[in-house]
Formats: sequence, C-alpha cells, structure tokens
Amino acid sequence: MTTLLEVNDLHVRVANQEILKGITLAVDRGEVHAIMGPNGSGKSTLANVLAGRGGYEVTAGTITYDGHDLLALEPELRAREGVFLAFQYPVEIPGVNNAYFLRAALNSIRKHRGEPELDAVAFMKLARDRMALLEMEPGLLSRPVNEGFSGGEKKRNEIFQMAVLEPRLAVLDETDSGLDIDAIRIVAHGVNSLRSPDRAIIVVTHYQRLLDFIVPDRVHVLSDGRIVRSGGKELALELEARGYGWLEEPATAGVRA
Amino acid sequence: MAVATAVGRDVPASFVDEFGRLEHLRGFEPAWLRGIRRDAFERARETGLPTSRDEEWRFTSVAPIAALPFSAAPHAAVDEAWVRSHSLADGSAAELVFVDGRYVPHLSRVNGLPRGVEARSLARILDADGALIGPHLARTAAGPVFAALNTSLFEDGAFIRLSPDTVVASPISLLFISTLPDRIAMVHPRMFVAAGPGSQAQIVERYISVHHGAGLTNAFTQFLIADRAVVDHYRLQDESLYAIHIGAVEARLDRGGAFTSSSFTIGGALVRNDVTAILGGEGGECTLNGLYLAAGDQLVDNHTLIDHTAPRCTSHEIYRGILDETAHAVFNGKIIVRQDAQKTDARQTNRALLLSEAAHINTKPQLEIFADDVKCTHGAAVGQLDDESMFYLQARGIGRQAARGMLIRAFAGEIVDRVKLSDLRARLKVMLDAWLTRSAEAHSDLATAGPDVGPSGAEAQLSPSRGNG
Repeated sequence: MTTLLEVNDLHVRVANQEILKGITLAVDRGEVHAIMGPNGSGKSTLANVLAGRGGYEVTAGTITYDGHDLLALEPELRAREGVFLAFQYPVEIPGVNNAYFLRAALNSIRKHRGEPELDAVAFMKLARDRMALLEMEPGLLSRPVNEGFSGGEKKRNEIFQMAVLEPRLAVLDETDSGLDIDAIRIVAHGVNSLRSPDRAIIVVTHYQRLLDFIVPDRVHVLSDGRIVRSGGKELALELEARGYGWLEEPATAGVRA
Repeated sequence: MAVATAVGRDVPASFVDEFGRLEHLRGFEPAWLRGIRRDAFERARETGLPTSRDEEWRFTSVAPIAALPFSAAPHAAVDEAWVRSHSLADGSAAELVFVDGRYVPHLSRVNGLPRGVEARSLARILDADGALIGPHLARTAAGPVFAALNTSLFEDGAFIRLSPDTVVASPISLLFISTLPDRIAMVHPRMFVAAGPGSQAQIVERYISVHHGAGLTNAFTQFLIADRAVVDHYRLQDESLYAIHIGAVEARLDRGGAFTSSSFTIGGALVRNDVTAILGGEGGECTLNGLYLAAGDQLVDNHTLIDHTAPRCTSHEIYRGILDETAHAVFNGKIIVRQDAQKTDARQTNRALLLSEAAHINTKPQLEIFADDVKCTHGAAVGQLDDESMFYLQARGIGRQAARGMLIRAFAGEIVDRVKLSDLRARLKVMLDAWLTRSAEAHSDLATAGPDVGPSGAEAQLSPSRGNG
C-alpha cells in the first residue's frame, strides 16, 4: 500500500459555520499534491485540520494517515508520527530560543520513534547543514523563535524546521505568500530537496507561481469547501490563465475539454 | 499623597505582649533607641492594622495576622549542613545567617570582605553607630504600621557599610531562616545598608523556612545610596507556604546613585512586598524588577513606589507574575514625578500570566506627574498562555506539558535572565522548574493522550542553557 493519507468525506465547522463540505482526497507516498482555490474556499482549514489545530469541529468524515485515525491524535502525536504543517503565519515566541525549541521538537520525535536523542553538538551540526540549504543566516538559530524575523525569514524558518524534522507528510500552508521571487526560489529549492519516495507533500497555495518551482503530481481545486476539480500539473496553468471564476459553477460531465 | 488615617483594627494583643517582653529585656539598649521604639509602638497602636478601607490595602486582608496568636521566636538550632546547602556559591564576600531573626555567628562568614566594608549583626552596632542609623529608625517609627512595628520589635538584622569608593566584587549574602517548629512565631528583621560615595556592592537577601510552619516575618531593609554609589539588590522569599511575609525595601539615592532591586516571591500564604525608591539627587538611576509565582490560595501583593524628586533621573520597572489555581495577586506600581524632577525618564511594565480560571490579579499603575518635561510610560497586561504559541510548539511534536513549561520559563526568563549572579540565577531556575512540576500535577489534563505517550514531556524540560550549547 502506498497511500499515506486518505481523507474521506470530511466535513468541518468553524464557529458554527460549515467550511469543508465533504472533502475526499488520497495522497500517496512520494507524491506532491497542490491544493489551490480562491480565498475562503477552505484550503487553510484543511491544512489546519490535518495538523490538529483547535477550534475546528469535524462533523463528518475520516482522515486516515498511515493506517491510523489521524483525528484521534493530539497535535504533538501527529507531529511525532511525521505530520508537519508549515504555518501560513508562523508564531513569534519571545524568550524561547530557536535552537532549543527545535532540538526539543526533534528529540520528542526521535524518542517517539525509539531513536536516541541528539546531543547539542550533533544537533548544531545538523541544523547548520539544513540552514545552508535554505540560505539562512546561522545567527537566526540563537534568536527567539521567529521574533523579529522578516516575513521571508519566517517562511524559510518553517521549511528549515521541516528539513530538520524530516516529516513523512508535509503540509505547506501558503508558504509562498509574502515572498518575493528570489525567496520563493530558495524555499522551493529547500522543498524539492526534501522530495523523496517515502514522503508526501501537500502544497496549499492561491497562486500558480510556487508550482513553477515545486512541480506537483496532482492539483486539486477547492471552492466553497469542496474539491471541484482534480488533475495533473496542467490544471494549475489553466487556473493561472483563466482565474477561479469559471469554477464557481458546479462541475458537470463534459464541461472540461 | 494619601495620609494614613486611623481606620485600622487594633494591633493584636500578641504584639503588645511581645513589646512588653522586649521592653523588659532592653535595659541595655541606648536611651535614644528605647525612645524611638516606644514612639514606634505608640504609632503602630494608633494606626492599627490596615483594613480594606485603607487604599494601600484594599485587596489584601491582614486578618490572619490579627487572628493568629503570635509569640516570640524560639531559640532553635538548625542543621549546619542544610544551611550550607543554601549558601550562595558565587564566591560571596560574606554570608550573614540569621535563624528566626537572630544572627548566628558560627553559621556566618565575614572573612572575605575587603577593607572598607562592614557586614555584621545590627544588634551589635546600635551603641556605636546610633548617630548614623538613629534618624532613619526614627523616620520609620513614624511610617506605615508594619514599618513602625518592625522598628519597635526588631531584635536583630544586618548592618552593611561601604566606605567611599569601596568596590565589593562578590555579593554579600543575607540568609534568613525561619524554623517555626512548634509555635507561631514572629520575627522582625531589620537591615540597614549605607553605601558611601562611589562604592559598589551586590546584596542578596533570602528568606527560607526549615519547616512548614505558619509564622510572621515582618522585614524592613533600608538603603542609603550616596553619590555615584551602585547597589544591586536581590530579594528572594521562599518561605513555607503557610508563612505570612511582610517585606519592605526602602532606598534613598543621592546624585548619580544607582539602585537595582530584584524581588522574587515564591513562598508564603500571605505576602506583601513594598519597595520604595526615592530618587533624591540629580541623575540617579533606579531599576525595580519583580517576579512572583503563586498557586494554591496564596496571596501575593507587590506595591512599589518610585519617587522622582530630582531632575534627570531614570527609573525602569518590570514586574511579572505567574498565577495558578486560586492564587490572588495585587500589583500597585506608583510613580511620582515631582515638580523639580524635569527630564525624568520613567518606564514601568507589569504583566501577569494566569494559568487557571480561578486565579486573579488586581493591577494598577499609578502615575502622578507634576513636572512638564518628562517621559513616563507604563503598560500592564494580564493574560493566559497564548493558544497560538502552544499549538505551534505542539505541532512540532512538543507535548503540552513541555510546551507550557517552555512558554512559562520564557515569560519568567524576562526577569530571571537579568540576574547577574550565576548561582542565584541557577537556583531560581531550579525553583521555577520545581514550581512548574507542581503546577503540572495540578493540571492533569496536560498529559499527551494517545498511544506511546512516554516521558517525552519531561524530556523537553531541558534547561535553556543545555539547549543552546
């Protein structure tokens, strides 16, 4: 079995409003899926539900991850089982050192896997190596988590964390928003270098441009809480050319040429 | 300024008995001192113990003080090895140890002091140095009721004097141990620190308990900071959770003097700290930092007063509190900028972190500004642990308990990390960790549910210094 993630008829409410209205999605190991859609379509809701953020009420449906019921797991257990969310808005945590935080995270995960914890020296070696991948200033490691980071530095820090934690399922929530083209190229390079036959990546984005650099295997278009189209990478180009407007009407057989 | 009015409840009989007993024993004291003590006690009886009608005590009831039958502290012995385990390891220049308010020479160490510095039992210098301290005792005799009670009832305390331009590189440690084995004792330690012009010192005042007894500590520490003198003061109160602790610190700064006082409150059932700094000469600098941890039904009340009376002085104040269970805190930070105090730069922030629904704080900044060319800022914030930050840490695999510990340590670190003495800082971190462990036990929902929980919460409770290395 190569399917890592199976979302089946997922319905989610936020503050008594139904945001996801029956999402069904299967992601195989080694694949990159893009989830696109206009603002308010439910893209970020899906990303957050996968990571286990509070405030989202699953009213129907299931999420199966590596054969487990993902919804039954606390967020930290999902992370230890290899689920990673690159936040759309990374949180600033004053007073918590970036390196300390990330080593604690990595060692929680390693411990869960039955692997020995990394000592400070081994961790710093790993961290420096991964920072180079993201072309990050090494000084950022000794700063408080995301505090005073520029928008671009925060997004790079997310992918840097992903590179250190080596998840099996990475969900990138609008990682391209707020980035200039050079920063997008660097982030995409980081993500591409993490593509592997064992790892699935879900790229949530509003725009096609990130997908020029991270070429997806599958593209899904979300509109009003439903997946209204799925296709190959060419679907993203079609959206780029035509916008989202033509998707507002429900898809009917034969409409797609 | 509000004038204290006689709205209080009567000073309890136990205090009257104690004063009578001491009067009897004080035949050896100089007449001027006995006079001051009588005035002070008279003053205390006139004022009475404060009630909630007293603005300065609105949220803090001292009813337990009136209710408990206090008696004089016993002469108890303490285990020397235990005392040593609390010795400050920063190569302290001197450590004065007091057991139930009385100086204990054989537990103390004063041989590391450089020339020009005295650190000794206050009781032993009252004869010789009356001219220096008499006026200051007389002033507190006419002060608020607990200062007056301290003045009338103190048996001992510390006297520290720095000659002009003397620099003591290592800290001077004052360790106050309450034994309180089988009765409800009261002690009224009195400290007097005179820093001569251009002198520098670090003074660490710590209050700890041997047993879980109830007792009253009513301490009063006075600093005279002369021209250009620099004094760093740390005050740590970690007495029994049944203790009542009233602690006052008062500093008077002359021209160009600098005073930093950091207050740490962990123990005590009922705690009231009053820190007063009077910037009396041009260009003085005052920094007041505070951290208090309270759980169970502890009540911790911090009142600070910074009085800018001279021009071009700066004051910085940062207080942080962490409250759990049904704890109650009061923070009142008053800053007065007098008419002559032009070019004052005064900043105050206080923040409290509430870890439970039932914990609460009454917080009030109070700025009274009479000069027109000044910079004064204040900010207060009361909040809970940030959900976003918690989720961010959890989403990286860190368990709730460990994540909570990280965020709370970061919050406290704002104050703890400013402690310049490494041994004291390390001790504070250990105390904070112990406090967090107890707090986590009170919140059983913090454990990560689900398969393979393991001790991963404890794992992430590495100290930041290990994590950085």
